[in-house]
Amino acid sequence: MPYIPHTLQQQKEMLEVIGIGSMEDLFKDIPRDLRAGNFHIPPGKSEMEVTEYIRKLASFNSTGLKSFLGAGFYDHYIPAAGPALVSRSEFYTAYTPYQAEASQGSLQALFEYQSAMCRLLNMDFANASVYDGGTAIYEAMMMAVRQNKRKRIIISADLSPIYQAMLSCYTKNLHLELKVIDHNHGLAAVQDLEKAIDEDCAALIVQNPSFFGNIFDYSDLFSKCRELGIISIISVYPLLQSVLKTPGEMGADIAVAEGQSLGLPLSFGGPYLGIMTCTRKLIRQMPGRIVGRTKDTQSRAGYVLTLQTREQHIRREKATSNICSNQSLCALQALAYICLMGPEGLSQTALKSMDLAHYAASKLTSIEGVELLNNAPFGNEFALKLPINAYDLIGDMVREGYVPGFPLSRYYKDMENCLLVACTEKVSQQDIGVLCELIRGKLNENNF
Amino acid sequence: MKTIFEQSVNGRLSPFQKDNEGTDNNFLPGELTRKSPPDLPQMSELDVVRHFTKLSRRNFGVDSNFYPLGSCTMKYNPKFMEQVAQLPAFTELHPLLPQLKGAGLYTQGALEVIYDLEDLLCRITGMDAYTLQPMAGAHGELTGAMLMAAYHHKKGNHKTKIIVPDSAHGTNPSSAAIAGYDVLTIKSRDGIIDPSALKDVLDDQVAGIMMTCPNTLGLFETHLSEIVDLIHSVDGLLYYDGANLNAVLGRMLPGEVGFDVVHLNLHKTFGTPHGSGGPGSGPVGVNKKLEPFLPISRVVRLDDGQFFLKYDYPDSIGYIAPFYGNFAVMLKAYAYILRLGREGLLRVSENAVLSANYLRKKLENHLHIPYNRTCMHEFVASAVNQAEKGVRAVDIAKALLDKGHYAPTVYFPLIVKECLMIEPTETESRETLDTFVDDFIEILKQAEENPEFVKGSPQNTPVTRLDEVLAARNMKLCI
Repeated sequence: MPYIPHTLQQQKEMLEVIGIGSMEDLFKDIPRDLRAGNFHIPPGKSEMEVTEYIRKLASFNSTGLKSFLGAGFYDHYIPAAGPALVSRSEFYTAYTPYQAEASQGSLQALFEYQSAMCRLLNMDFANASVYDGGTAIYEAMMMAVRQNKRKRIIISADLSPIYQAMLSCYTKNLHLELKVIDHNHGLAAVQDLEKAIDEDCAALIVQNPSFFGNIFDYSDLFSKCRELGIISIISVYPLLQSVLKTPGEMGADIAVAEGQSLGLPLSFGGPYLGIMTCTRKLIRQMPGRIVGRTKDTQSRAGYVLTLQTREQHIRREKATSNICSNQSLCALQALAYICLMGPEGLSQTALKSMDLAHYAASKLTSIEGVELLNNAPFGNEFALKLPINAYDLIGDMVREGYVPGFPLSRYYKDMENCLLVACTEKVSQQDIGVLCELIRGKLNENNF
Repeated sequence: MKTIFEQSVNGRLSPFQKDNEGTDNNFLPGELTRKSPPDLPQMSELDVVRHFTKLSRRNFGVDSNFYPLGSCTMKYNPKFMEQVAQLPAFTELHPLLPQLKGAGLYTQGALEVIYDLEDLLCRITGMDAYTLQPMAGAHGELTGAMLMAAYHHKKGNHKTKIIVPDSAHGTNPSSAAIAGYDVLTIKSRDGIIDPSALKDVLDDQVAGIMMTCPNTLGLFETHLSEIVDLIHSVDGLLYYDGANLNAVLGRMLPGEVGFDVVHLNLHKTFGTPHGSGGPGSGPVGVNKKLEPFLPISRVVRLDDGQFFLKYDYPDSIGYIAPFYGNFAVMLKAYAYILRLGREGLLRVSENAVLSANYLRKKLENHLHIPYNRTCMHEFVASAVNQAEKGVRAVDIAKALLDKGHYAPTVYFPLIVKECLMIEPTETESRETLDTFVDDFIEILKQAEENPEFVKGSPQNTPVTRLDEVLAARNMKLCI
């Protein structure tokens, strides 16, 4: 059998040591009536056969599409050294670093990851990751609820609707009130948000850039939150944070992010990386693993998992979270990406993506009947209003090898004609030119 | 070892930076941009590679060391699985693609993997349906507890409590609490659940029980049938924590014996790597009773053989993940199951249990084993006798590191003093097990003769014993 080294002779000898007659006797504690009845699994295959079969399945996916699809998940170039480094089996075949002295590699890397996140977002502390950007927002919200013991959460409607759906799923049994403040042509209704917050609110949750791609400065709103004892939570796009005003500069209490844009492949939805950072005063509420620096018996610096009294294995039902395994290897990959790119490489990539998006916006809006949803500043993604149904347009264009973006009607009512278009450094002006021509052609077919 | 930040040199160009390309920002007004660039490392590619390579050498992994970490199933992670998971046709797929009109056609391979893996897991556990969305074991537990809540809510049951035996997996109480339940702990007797203790706390407020079977002592819950009847008698549900499924693969199917909901750890039982603490994958399987409540989306197969995402499940608990779960991890587990097949999986449980019992027998004359009978895939030893000489479980663990073995799980489960939970897995050779036993016995001898030496370990690791108290006090969490 693959991967099982015992020879028949060894099995026999081992059974003798144990003092039982047969392999079956090993399972004598399982009562007869509980033994498996059906176990219909296909017979095993050779490594070559399985590989060929999975390659065949892979060929049923299309990789040739030119895509302007983003909506929070972006196809940035990944330097080869990043995946190569986390492919070192000393990292990927290790467990959560419970035995610190034999896990200094992972622990130091996670400490460096935490440091890099704090520096990128200008926050005091970070944890060693949670599952994804959505669970990061949920965990941040629960930090707020524990901290100020309040029950109402104000959410701006331009927070990713994918994450809004996750929040309402997670809180179904928790007696919390989630109040979503509607957007205004894709823009956060800052005045309405300001009106909605009061001393009964646990947290305010906003996103920057918003789901519609627009960029905000929430400094004033956050300072209002602080006056009212409300925890301000901001979800960001980490690669663009090399350029954008940071959560720390805005005075956020908790900043979270989906870390996929930091060197992780799209990979059909995961594994991704939930980044969590907070201010000093909230660290005791932080969920998940946190790595701290300490000393060994010879006064050398070393790293351990720390503040573990927050965690499930010690606090049991009173823990800050149930999270155990998280996304450590993804955190390492994000760290490798950041180090390979350097601060300039990161901001050049962000600006290049933004530059292409602005080029695309100007080209696309030169088509008659196509306009921007709003005129607020945006980054590498923007929402367009088309004269036709965006969902249908996408359907037509996919057949020609182009994914022009994401249909906002998927999540927002009355936005049937709205298309969310993202650019990364991987698309070219030429690609954008073809996109424009295709859209122009489709509109002409529809008599616009 | 210096951190990467301390190796940074101002002005050193990254290979991914163009020196002729400015970073002027003409798109945004100043108040929307950061005041100064982030203070992140400026390194050459070689320096980054060398730093990570050095770090990797300061780690134990399954590829380099025996890793008998109890309840974690640190088996070998076959290399070909890593290779198939890196096929660009999977890694480059945008998760929103199948949600666009007509674009599901372009993700048929990925959807088939999900559909097929769900089917295989149903067969492996005797369940009727699966979701692959949970991204780790604890995430699966939470999903499972939420499914239980949805079931009771739909039926109009007023349930407030979930029972968690003291021998259950460590995350269970916290997962139940986060799903909104009060947690009721029951004490085990002779290492397993005592049905009379269960009867004492059972009432119609009980939503269900979260069981780990075999439990964290490595023992099969021999009263299982009675427990199933008791819980079902109050319309409670039985949750199977699959952390220890490796022990019973093909021998006991949770769905057949009465469990209503199951989570698996693909990163334990199905050979996907643990990645220093994730990414894992914690699929949840249910029987017909709970199927309507599974998270959306779900992958269905049409009559013409096409796969598509279906959302129309009015009783679904909703979205527990942004998309379909940790897809790359699923792909590896899928490859693993196809590779092993029926016979292979049966041999897994058999040899995992064989090796655990072999170790138990080899150590029983040297170390206290509180429940010394045929165990399943792991067993729990206790260093109580050594502790009398001042050598605690943690000291033995550190001494094992010095011998080149990772340590067993220590101080868990909480019900055994000075406990060392040992799980060898089926992929370790007898030679490795024998070396481990010899080294272990030598450490126990040293504990007797020279306890200070054992307490001074580890000495052969990149750092000696680390001060955890200092770490918590100083809170040096970043630089």
